[in-house]
Formats: sequence, C-alpha cells, structure tokens
Amino acid sequence: MTPPGGETGSVHSPAHAPHGAAGHSNEESYQPVLLGGVRDELNRILERYPTKMAALLPALWLVQDARGWVSEHSMAEVAQALELTPAYVKGVVTFYTMYHQHPVGRYFVQVCTTSPCMACGAEDTVAALLRHTGCGELGSTSPDGKFTVIEVECLGACGFATPIMINEEFVESVTPDKVSTILAQLR
Amino acid sequence: MGETQMVTLTIEGRKVSVASGTSILEAAKAAGVLVPHYCYHPGLPVAGVCRMCLVEVEKAPKLAPACASAVAEGQVVHVHSEKALEARKGVLEFLLINHPLDCPICDQAGECELQDYTYREGRSEGRLQEPKRFNPMEDFGGDVLYVTNRCILCTRCVRFMDDVAGEPVLNVSERGDRAIIGKFEGADLTHAWAGNVIDLCPVGALVSKDFLNKARAWELDRTPSICPNCTQGCNSIVETRDNFVVRTRARPNDEVNKYYMCDHGRLNYRWMNEQNRLEAPLVRQGERLVAADWSTAVDHAAKLLNGKRAVVLASPMLSNESLWMLSKLIRKTGGLGLFTVETGPEAPLLGVPDLALRAERAANVRGAEMFGFERSSSPLDGIQSGDVLVIADVGGMPLEIDPSALARASASIVIGTTLPEDARSATVVLPVTNVTEEEGTFTNVHGRVQRYLQARAAPGMARPAWWALGDLLEAMGDAAGYFLASEVFTALAGASPEFAGMSYESLGLKGARLQGSRQPAETTG
Amino acid sequence: MGFPHAIHAREEAVLSRHFGDSNALSLDGWKQRGGYKALEMALGMEPAAIVNVLKESGLRGRGGAGFPTGLKWSFMKPGDGKPHYLCCNADESEPGTFKDREIMRWTPHALIEGCAIGSYAIGAETCFIYIRGEFSEPLRAVGNALGEAYDAGVLGANAMGTGKTVNIYIHKGAGAYICGEETALMNSIEGRRGNPRIKPPFPAVAGLFGQPTTINNVETLAAVPQILVNGAEWYKKFCLSNPKSTGTKLFSVCGNIAKPGNYEVVLGFPFKDFLYEMCGGPLPGRKFKAIVPGGASVPIQTPEEAEATLMDYEGFVAQGSMLGSGGVIVFDDSQCMVKLIGRFARFFAHESCAQCTQCREGTAWVTKILERIEAGGGTMQDLDTLLELSENMTGKTICVLSDSCAAPIVSGIKKFRHEFEAHITGKRCPLRSRSVA
Repeated sequence: MTPPGGETGSVHSPAHAPHGAAGHSNEESYQPVLLGGVRDELNRILERYPTKMAALLPALWLVQDARGWVSEHSMAEVAQALELTPAYVKGVVTFYTMYHQHPVGRYFVQVCTTSPCMACGAEDTVAALLRHTGCGELGSTSPDGKFTVIEVECLGACGFATPIMINEEFVESVTPDKVSTILAQLR
Repeated sequence: MGETQMVTLTIEGRKVSVASGTSILEAAKAAGVLVPHYCYHPGLPVAGVCRMCLVEVEKAPKLAPACASAVAEGQVVHVHSEKALEARKGVLEFLLINHPLDCPICDQAGECELQDYTYREGRSEGRLQEPKRFNPMEDFGGDVLYVTNRCILCTRCVRFMDDVAGEPVLNVSERGDRAIIGKFEGADLTHAWAGNVIDLCPVGALVSKDFLNKARAWELDRTPSICPNCTQGCNSIVETRDNFVVRTRARPNDEVNKYYMCDHGRLNYRWMNEQNRLEAPLVRQGERLVAADWSTAVDHAAKLLNGKRAVVLASPMLSNESLWMLSKLIRKTGGLGLFTVETGPEAPLLGVPDLALRAERAANVRGAEMFGFERSSSPLDGIQSGDVLVIADVGGMPLEIDPSALARASASIVIGTTLPEDARSATVVLPVTNVTEEEGTFTNVHGRVQRYLQARAAPGMARPAWWALGDLLEAMGDAAGYFLASEVFTALAGASPEFAGMSYESLGLKGARLQGSRQPAETTG
Repeated sequence: MGFPHAIHAREEAVLSRHFGDSNALSLDGWKQRGGYKALEMALGMEPAAIVNVLKESGLRGRGGAGFPTGLKWSFMKPGDGKPHYLCCNADESEPGTFKDREIMRWTPHALIEGCAIGSYAIGAETCFIYIRGEFSEPLRAVGNALGEAYDAGVLGANAMGTGKTVNIYIHKGAGAYICGEETALMNSIEGRRGNPRIKPPFPAVAGLFGQPTTINNVETLAAVPQILVNGAEWYKKFCLSNPKSTGTKLFSVCGNIAKPGNYEVVLGFPFKDFLYEMCGGPLPGRKFKAIVPGGASVPIQTPEEAEATLMDYEGFVAQGSMLGSGGVIVFDDSQCMVKLIGRFARFFAHESCAQCTQCREGTAWVTKILERIEAGGGTMQDLDTLLELSENMTGKTICVLSDSCAAPIVSGIKKFRHEFEAHITGKRCPLRSRSVA
C-alpha cells in the first residue's frame, strides 16, 4: 500500500466552498455555477458531441467539482443550459451514484465491500473507518463536517483489498489497523 | 414507397398475414389473440421493459418480447405455451411482491390489468416473506395523484409526457427496486393533456383526483360518446353511476384523437348532471310560466310562429339532427339562424397531428355552419319587430340577452335544457335533453361526422330537440316528425349532399368524413 | 498503489510488459518503446486490410462476450455517408476485475493507439473512451496522454500528418455498473440514464447517437497495435489449447489467495498452475473453497472444476463456468458461501437499472432471501424459491444483469448446497464464531 500523497499526489479536499455553504441555497441566494471559466469549459465540452444532451454527465461533473454536490437548483440550471427539463436531469442524476444530491463531508470516503473485498475483511475496515471518523453510521457526516463514509460497490481494485476512495484518491490495501494513520494525514 | 411487404405467420395455431415490421404483439391482435402486456401501448414508443409479453417462438433460443419483436415469415408463435405462461407467471409474481394489494380501496380495481392478468395467469399465493417496500404517495399536480406503491414502472406515463405531450416533466428516478416515477419540485403535471397518464396507467398508480373514491369500476355504465367540449370531437366514453356522469375518458379513434382526450374535455362533465333542469314544457299564463303537456306547449309554440319569422339562436352543441330540424323551421318561416360559441385558448397535443383542445368550446360548430347558421357576436341585433325569437340552448354558447332585443320580438320560445335567467320572459319553454341523454351526431372541425349514444335517462319530460322540433313542424303543417334519431339522420343525409350515403350504420362508432372534406393531415399540410 | 509484481516466468507479457514502468506513461517514453508505429502503419493501410489482420489474428473481445474483434469491425460499412463512432468500454466494474485499470494507469498510449487504429479501421472520426467515474488515476493518465497526443499531432484533424481525422475524447462515468453494458454505455454518453437498449437494432446499425457504432473493451483495443506491428501470425501463435482462443489475456486475481494481482498468460494456460504456481495458491493454512473465474457474473467453480480448466473461452465453459472478464475471485475455506453469494446479489440489486421487471424486483428479492438465510432465518423451501426465481431471472430481460445475478446463486446452491442447508438447520452461520443475535 502506498499512503495518500505518495504515488499520485496528495489527497485534495475538493476545491469548493466550505461544507454546507451551498447546501441551503434558496431561490434568492442561488448563485449560478455555469459562469466564466466553468461556462467556457462546458462550451468546449459541447463541441465534442452532436447533441447538447450528451454534455449532461460532464456538465453535472462541472457542477459537482465547483460546489461539491448537485442541488436541485443546479439541476435546473444545467437543464436550462442544455435545453432539457429539470425533471429529465433529475432522472439522470438519481441514476448515477457519484452525484451527491446532498452536501457531504470535506472528505468523502467510499469503502468497497463487494464480495471479493468482503472476503478480505472489508467489513472490519468499514467499522474502523466509522469509529475513527466519528461518522457513526454509513452515509452520515461526522459532527465536525470532515468525513462522510459510505459503502460502495466494486471500486475495480479487488486485488488490493480493501480499497477506499477519499475524494478523488484511491488508497489500497486498507486494513483496520491502518485506518487511524490514513485519517491522521487528512486532519 | 413500394408496396407493403406482407409476412405470414402462425400465432396460437391461427395463420395471419401482416405488414413486415409489425410486432408479434400487434400481429397477434390481428389474429384475435391477446398477448398480456403492460409497458406496451400502441400510441407510445416501445420500451420492452415489463417483459410481460414474452411469447415462445419456435426455433428461437429464448422467449421473445412480443412488443419488441418483429414478425418473420413462417414464424410459429405460442402465446399460451407452458414456457411462456411460466415466464409471465414469474413476471406477475415479481410485480406483486411489492404491490400493496390494496385492491379494496384502489380506484383501478375492476379495470386493472394487474388484477386481470393475475387472475388469468398469476400464482394463487405470494412467496415474499420480507416486508414490502413502502413509498409515500405524491400529488403530481393537475388531476393526477401518484400512488407510488402500486406502480409497476411500465413508464407509459413518462413516455407519454416525453414523446406525445412533448413536455418531459416525469422521469424514472433512482434505480433498482428503489426506482419510482418522479417529477421536479415545482414542475407539475399541468400540461393540458396530462390527464391521459391516468388512462395510460395499466394499474392504480396514477389515479384521477377528480374521480378518487367516487365509484367502483364495476358499478359504472359505459357509453360511447363524443366529447362535446370543443370542436375537435374526441371520441369518449361517458361513465355513469346511478344515472350520474362520474367520469369521461378517451375512446380510441386513430382518425381523431388516437387514445387521448384533454383535461378540459375529460373534467368538464359536471354540467351534464345539472340539477336545475327543465323537466316539463312550460307555457306562459300572464306573469307565470305554467307546466303543460307536450302537445299543449307545442301547439302554443306553433301558433306563436304562425306567419312570423323565426330568428333562431342555436347552441353549437346541438346535434346535426336537431340543427337540421331547426334549419327546416327557419326555412319554413323565412327566418334566420345564428349562433355564438364560447372560446378559450387552443392547446395542441404535439405528438398527434391535428389534435388539439380547440379554441371553440362546443362540439358542433361545423354542423351549425353547414346547416346555415351564421356566427354572430351580437345575434339578437337581427331581430326585427314581430319576429319570434327561438333560443335553442343545450350549452356551449354564451348567452347574454339584451332586454331591448327581446322587446322587439313578438314572442320568444326556449328549447333548452335549462331556462336562463335572461330568458325568463319566454312564452313557451320546451325541455330538451343534453348530449348524454340522447343519441345523435356531431360534425367535428375536420368535417368528421360522429355518433354519440345515450348515456343516462333524460330528466322528467325532456326530449331530444329534434323530436320537439318534429312535433312543432308537424303542428305547423309539415309531415309527421321522426321517432328515432337514426331516421332524422337518414332524412338529413338524403337532403344534404355532404352527408350523402351516410347512415348510423355506416358511421358506426368511429364516424366518417363528409363528402369533400379533406383528411385532417392535409388541412395543415 | 497496487504496484505490479515482477513478471512471472510463465507469463507472456504482451500488454503488461510496461506495467510499473512510469517512463512508459509519456508520449516520448511510449515512442521509445515502439509506440505509435502501428498507428503510422495503419493510417497508410486500407481500413479493410486492417480489419483483415484482426480477423486473421483471432483476437476476441476481452470484455466478456468474446466476440471476434475483426468480424465486429467488418460490420461497419464504409461509405454509408453516416458518421461512425468507436466507443472504448473502460467502465470496468465487474467485481473481481481490475485489468483495464492497470492498462490505463501504465500504458495509456497503448489504449489511445488502439483506439486511433480502431477508429480509422471502422471509418470513425470520433472515439469516446468511457471511463468509470471512480477511476481517478486512469482518468488522469489517459487524460494526460490524450493531451500529449493532441499536442504532438498524433490525433486531431490531421492525425500524424496524414490528413485523416481521429478525435478521441474521454467520457467520464458517474457510478453505474450497468454502463459497462454496451448499449447502456451509449445511452450514458448521450446524456441519458444508463439503460440498456433493446437489440436489434445492433450498435453497428444504430448505436451511439443512432449512428453505426463499434464498441470494444480496453484490453481488446490495447492489443491491436501489437497485432498490427507483429502480424496476425505472431498473435495467433499464442494459443495453448483451442485454436478459437488466441492471444494473451490479462487475468485479475483477488480474494483469498497468496499473490493477488494481474497476470498475463497465453490463452489455454492450465488454471491449476495459474492458481497455485503463479498466484501462490491459498493463504497459509487455508484451502480453496470456490473460484469465480470471470467476474461476479459467471457461475462459481469448485476447486476441482477450476483445477481441470484450461484458461480460454471454451475451457471455462467446459468446466461449468465462463471466461467472462477474466476476473478471478478466489474464496477459501474460511468464507461463508451464503454470505458471499448474498453480497453478490446485493451488488446486482444495487446496480439494476430498474427497467425490466425480473431484474428490478428479482435482484432485490433474492438478496433479501439470501440475507435471511445467512442470518439463520431460512427454510428449505427458500432454496427452491431461489432456484425458481433465478430461472425466472435468466434469459428473459433486455440485458444480462439479471442473469448475472442468478448465475452465482444457481451454481452456489448446486455446488455448495450443504452450506445453505447448514445455515437453515442450524439457524445460524456455521462459520460465525459468535451466535446470531
């Protein structure tokens, strides 16, 4: 196992506003995402596809990269930009598990527990992560807003059980005894 | 376009020839075999997801979804083979594990395809031991309530809004067994045709708020009718319980409305049950209108009209039969026929050419025009001193009667379902039936003549207007009137070149176009 | 992170030769290792000639179905006036499979070169590489490599100065196993829910954006440049058993085994040697109990069946399973089969797209039954029910996700019935030290 920050650079916290800041936006305070550089990026993406709809997944990624999650306001904004209806966009958002429909912790920790990893002790790794982050249960965010731990289906790193993903970075071969060290590097 | 290639195949032992490209399901229909299905609907793009229409095709390795499999020459299809039945039994079991089985309180019960096919092909008992999934119901807006737990995710509603209404406000949200039909907060099913999703839903998941808990399906009497609420003439079914109209729904007709009916049309039925109806003929005696028998009232009216010009203000919701009889009265007296019509915004259904909630909100504007009635915004201006004003009103026309116009008339006769406040000075009042209480025909905006049947009993002594008019004309010296609407129609057809050759029999329940009227598609082309 | 092992003497490192060699990541580094010679060569050939080489080589799809690649390419009719598309399926999500990830992490240019050749061969000017959203590192590696390739004029409107257009873009997934199904992948690129489509029409007729489309797995496309440079004969000689199974194949190995990782062997290699010699056999003091040789979707093998298997498309079928994606999952005698199979079922229930009834409802239901049996609440009747439900979930849906859920259940109950029965009669998991609460 290579600790985070080793092989592929450090574990970044997402470059978005502090936790929850965009989480409670309402009609009056919603700030559009698809402006300036983000809009330019979307325009570049649109050139690749013969339809506007095809830019939907990339556009939602742009939103999540900027805001940390995809709010209903953002769905409506993306819908308008791509000439879709908000209901359509929501149907797509809810299909894909990686788009957060709620704000998540600063470090979003996904632990693979599918059978191959489970056979290698993934459940104990989950327990250790919940304990050390203070999340308490899967899907909830720790009281300090730093961590959200979820179970994830096969991360495609089965040979290096148990892989966990912290934001954009993989950490492989995580065993319960390594959890506190890994988390210490994030705090 | 070359000639259509025909393909011959055998379905349940019956040979059938259909155009190439036809689905096995439609071919089976042509052969008189029903292949059970949920997600398939002839008006919607094929989804192929419910997997209920699995049939066995000889020499094919797997069962085929009949809705999504095109016919092939020489195919031998078994709809009721053991393999196919087992597969469908499996589908039904899967559909039922999370279904609440709340048929006793479900509006769909009795007309539910999940019930029907389960009775026919399903297991007699369930095997699920775990708790059922639960989701709260949701008000989708418009007339639509989504009872999530009953949903079988056939996606007909989603496809209707996407592909027919052209307003994708419904989606499938989430995935796996968490999936539900969803909408976006604040974007309701307010589309003018959205209520069709209720008809399309094969189970009790999308129900009408208007009809909610009003009646059980098996208590209803169903009558083929024509929606009277605009000039489109959507074919409809009027459903009554205890002589009350409780629901109207679309009746399929490829030439007019496909499978659909707009919300305005389907929900604007309460007037059909109006309680302030005229139930007996009335004749003025001094200050008062007094009930009379038909012959007394008709004779009285005939006397009033004797030697006078009849200025007829006719509702464009009258049948062709009644309008034709009125036109005879007008000719006989050298009179004048006029009409006005209520209007509202037009609301097309994008996915069906030439289908819209029309601006003119009465069924027989075309008929009125054909029989010589003139559209007028101030119909009473034409009344000259001594004329007899005849108001034939069965709804659909805004009625504002200027007292000064009435004063010019020597008398006024109301042939109506109700007696409007403004017309209380009438001399004779003849009670007539509304569209649900009589048989007749309308001519729609595209010149299609369509029959409607009687759905409920008429109140009191009310008669179809053509009948009352027949008696009136007889009292004025014409030959005897008619006993049946069909007789009036046959006479009308004999007298009007556009109707030449038509009869109730030839019209059937799908109607026919007037001579010389164009296909709807051509009128827009 | 998951550094590759030193190449085992009995491996045949064609695709994996440069795994672990970070110098191979850059365009220059790749060129120094012989990269882009194949593309240069290809762009000078007639597309049909390239397709013929592929046909000759015997290369079959490495994603799971094993369809002959050259034949698939030949379905794309040149000069039909329509835009053609190539899709590269890099949505590797089959539990137990992590080979494409390694190809992209270490040799992104091999993939890009394969995509470029494939695009040209099928008359496509645009190729989308659909990489699952969780694959941050492959996304970076392929993204960087694409940037370099565009900058160097390898790709673009004048690819390698030939005047031919080859555009390759990454389309990042967002968390959906089913998008590895080819038509679901196309829907996902089009900005839709990743629902598999009814076939026909097949992608070669109406695929991405309704246009003729070919879709190939990462490993398949990455093998193309080598085949072109070295010739079909060279590739065809990699064959230890059935002549229909040629070439080398990456197998991912995981679970309870001494040396998990990716191993590249010539097709037809003895599975027994592979498991015990190459991968080091069971962990100390343990015995193999069950082997799932081709990712979670294939039937489970007993160790006896596995040991009798020759590792190619036909060899796995002969021993009751399938080659699948080449993801070998090994469980030893410390593991509870009921629990593992239940967990597989839960995976499929989570990933079902919700279209077909049998899959949407069936995957969730069998999961509940399996979890109940595991918790000690099962009955013998449940086993019959599971088998019946599995039958109802097999061969009846648009795609095979439902079948995939059923496969380990059916094979599991068949081959490990005693474990299921022990749970039912003992009202608890016999392998769990603590009693069931």
